[in-house]
Amino acid sequence: MPAPAIETENLTKEYPFGFLHLMKRTSLEGLNMQVETGEVFGFIGPNGAGKSTAIKLLMRLIFPTAGSARILGKPISDVEMHRDIGYLPEQPYFYDYLTATEVLDYFARFHDLAAADRKDRIERMLKKVGLETARKIQLRKYSKGMLQRVGLAQAILHDPKVVILDEPMSGLDPVGRREVRDIILQLKKDGKTVMFSTHILSDAEMLCDRVGVIVGGKLRGVGAPGTLVDMKTLGMEILFELTGASNAPLVAKATRTGDRYRLQVAEEELYAAIEQLRGAGARILSVSQVKATLEEFFMNLVEADRAQGAAVEVSEQ
Amino acid sequence: MRRAGVVALNTFREAVRDRVLYNLVFFALLMIAASVAVGQISIGIEQTVIVSLGLSAISVIGLLISVFLGVALVSKEMDKRTLYALLAKPVRRWEFLLGKFGGLVLTLTVNTAAMALGLLLVMLYVKHGLGGSDTVVLVGVYFILLKLALVVALALLFSCFTTPLLAILFTVGLYIVGLYVQELRNLPVQVMSPAMSAFTKWLSYLLPNFENFNVMAMAAHGRAVPGALVLQNTLYTLVYCTIVLTAAAAVFSRRNLK
Repeated sequence: MPAPAIETENLTKEYPFGFLHLMKRTSLEGLNMQVETGEVFGFIGPNGAGKSTAIKLLMRLIFPTAGSARILGKPISDVEMHRDIGYLPEQPYFYDYLTATEVLDYFARFHDLAAADRKDRIERMLKKVGLETARKIQLRKYSKGMLQRVGLAQAILHDPKVVILDEPMSGLDPVGRREVRDIILQLKKDGKTVMFSTHILSDAEMLCDRVGVIVGGKLRGVGAPGTLVDMKTLGMEILFELTGASNAPLVAKATRTGDRYRLQVAEEELYAAIEQLRGAGARILSVSQVKATLEEFFMNLVEADRAQGAAVEVSEQ
Repeated sequence: MRRAGVVALNTFREAVRDRVLYNLVFFALLMIAASVAVGQISIGIEQTVIVSLGLSAISVIGLLISVFLGVALVSKEMDKRTLYALLAKPVRRWEFLLGKFGGLVLTLTVNTAAMALGLLLVMLYVKHGLGGSDTVVLVGVYFILLKLALVVALALLFSCFTTPLLAILFTVGLYIVGLYVQELRNLPVQVMSPAMSAFTKWLSYLLPNFENFNVMAMAAHGRAVPGALVLQNTLYTLVYCTIVLTAAAAVFSRRNLK
């Protein structure tokens, strides 16, 4: 079995604060995690959960208080290992006096690529991220979404084995998000390992082989999106239309959106509910199962964390 | 080292695109005004006035660029987070620092060389010719460049562990103190305790000595600068910059980015 592409062991980051920096705030607590080679791993959590801290630790932008990490079997202190890593920072910002072509050429030079190879790769990459028409414009005139595309291009320009993306969908419009999703899927198809952080759960559910949920600086769960949540059916949802008024009690319980109504009932009450709605003149449009989603799992953890935080505050008082 | 070169060239490109070299226009205007004025007001002291004014302007303009851009070399990259993507490449932090230092020194070299050329042209216009003794002006310009390299190294060091404003204050403060190192070394022993005397002497050797770079009086009067001083100042700058940059790399290599 090949070594994990990324592994961390008790990775911890504390920041000193207060007078004389005597107090410490833990931003990441004992992160033990493995990302297997060739998988797409999503790092999900609310803002301030510790996702970016973990990624910055992996990229040696900040240094751990305790613990260690390895990428492609090498310790993260090994700078040469960065030849095989691509990294997109959160809300990336680049030298705004350069054009997209120049900034990509600048970064490519650190990978010892020959001039002709650099030129060829840059052409392909600009096309891939949809910036070929803006290649000669200085980055100071770029929108946030365009900068995000430049960031993605520089992260994968040198064909890295491991790609680490910090909030890659941030600042992108729906088309841009779709394109980034396609790029991530293409990377997976090419056998690359992709780890990305996000707080957009639908992206994680759609793209990831596995996700790690981090809340309050602690990793709360790791697994395939489907296995993290309880997949049992929580109920049934009936979507129906109603022409004219009705006094049926079930109609009163439904949520109305325009001409349509949504009603959630227990599984065993489904047929009785449909009969009752039809009796009230409703036209049934669809019936679907309601399952727990990653979002609910995530929200439960966030709520539990907040409750714990509140409990600590109360006990401190 | 090649990676440091890539960073250096980009730093130079940044300075050019941010219109840092526009200061040359100011210098050119100053020199034109001086050449006109010197013909009106001075008889026989054209060399002294033009060389003093020219070297002073080269020094002041260079110092302003060294201090302000020197401090911004790293702090701007950290503030704007342009450093993040770069440090994720196979580049060591000391290579980045060395590249930034080299890029600004390259900018200052081009800038100073252009100003020196302007000064020589004005001297040619005022004196109707240049003689062998005028090479001392070039030595003066070279010493200014050495001094600026040292200032950049100090600004870079301070910006690695403090805020830009404090880094500017520290750099300027150290520069001013460095102009009076000889005085510190020659303080009369009678007014101090032996311990204090030893301390000031020790301090005077530790502080950067900017006094040795000032050969303006010699240049203004066309007196030759001893070759030993050229060699001494060159070695001094090399050694001092190496020490300061090593310290900066040691600090920066442990620094957590925001």
